[in-house]
Amino acid sequence: MVQVDNLGRILEEHPFAEGLDQALKDVMIGCAANERFEAGQFLFREGGDAKKFYLIRSGVVAVEVHAPGRPPLMVETVGDGGVLGWSWLVPPHKWAFDARAQTLVRALSFDATCLTRKMESDPALGYQVMKRFVPVMAHRLHAARMQMFDLYGPAKKG
Amino acid sequence: MNVAMQAQADPMDIRPFRIEKIRKELADSFTMELVPEGGGSFSFKPGQFNMLYTFGAGEVPISISGDPSDTSKIVHTIRRVGAVTQAIGNLSEGMAVGIRGPFGKPWPVEEAFGSDLVILAGGLGLAPLRPAIYMALANRHRFGKVVLLYGSRSPSEILFPKELEKWRGRFDTKVRVTVDRAEPGWGGHVGVVTKLVKGAGFDPMHTVAFVCGPEIMMRYGIQALEGAGIDRSGIYVSMERNMKCGIGLCGHCQWGAPFVCKDGPVFRFDEVADAFTVREL
Repeated sequence: MVQVDNLGRILEEHPFAEGLDQALKDVMIGCAANERFEAGQFLFREGGDAKKFYLIRSGVVAVEVHAPGRPPLMVETVGDGGVLGWSWLVPPHKWAFDARAQTLVRALSFDATCLTRKMESDPALGYQVMKRFVPVMAHRLHAARMQMFDLYGPAKKG
Repeated sequence: MNVAMQAQADPMDIRPFRIEKIRKELADSFTMELVPEGGGSFSFKPGQFNMLYTFGAGEVPISISGDPSDTSKIVHTIRRVGAVTQAIGNLSEGMAVGIRGPFGKPWPVEEAFGSDLVILAGGLGLAPLRPAIYMALANRHRFGKVVLLYGSRSPSEILFPKELEKWRGRFDTKVRVTVDRAEPGWGGHVGVVTKLVKGAGFDPMHTVAFVCGPEIMMRYGIQALEGAGIDRSGIYVSMERNMKCGIGLCGHCQWGAPFVCKDGPVFRFDEVADAFTVREL
């Protein structure tokens, strides 16, 4: 019980929980775990089953793409207050990137199977969770497009 | 003799300056320190530009990137992108360039006294903002929070990295740097520069923002600043157009009604917001 109370407090402090009803937070906490990753440790790897998502409490996680014969390429970092991972929502539920702790990372993880089951049976929870994930997905899409533009390249000759 | 005053008297008159120092910044960019031939001083305001002339190649507008309190030299940071900038880049220390200027409206640093100051820069856009940063830090006590947000393609393309580190080391200035992509070993942010705005810790109701970088970066940067609650009348941008005469005569840099060389290059965003979305301009 004490541990659940602690998790509740941790969730309360994360921006993800802003505006979320206490009852829904309690339901979510039933699927949550407190995790810690040392610098260099992988939270997940590309191709693995996406069975979780993470609310980053502190530290920095690098989202990486790897290719044979060259060092991995960091395409994004997710820091304090960030949300990491939405592949659990989208079939085939496989991670599309690697996620590696750049520093010591403390995060709240959520069991996707557990939460999906609760979301299916409680549409209000499902809606609230989706409402929070859609902006994360939109942001990632927008950011990816901006990176494709090569924002900082020279505009013209002179 | 004050060279700037003389230039204002005859803005078409090209004056010779000697290249005292050249420093390579990035693979395609370098900084030049110039002193007036025959001595003298040079005054400018942050955000202003000069027309740089080199014999046989022509003239090009380049923002001044040095410290406005140092009137002994002019500092320009230049990217080799065309025939003129290539020709200037091929010059050596001790050689001469011609200069007309300074021209244009500056960053309103003094008008921002009493507010939080957010400086949002992308790529080489940090160069025209550096004089404003020098001036703001020299008057640090006159501002609330001072926040510098800078985005670059990769860690190796960060402009003025030593100064960014120095500014970050101050206890009174927040400096956040991000890159679009990085290899292992980079310990900073990765992601678009707009991501730095959230959580930067300024009071949007009392903030003035200076934005400079490629136009597309400024568009998204402004969206992020407005999204954070800064009114567009508190946002200033520095525009780049094909400036030729520098004094609003030739019309090459006309951007809708305004001339970038004379009415800009620094504009208050609410006065030019409509032009920002007109593709033909």
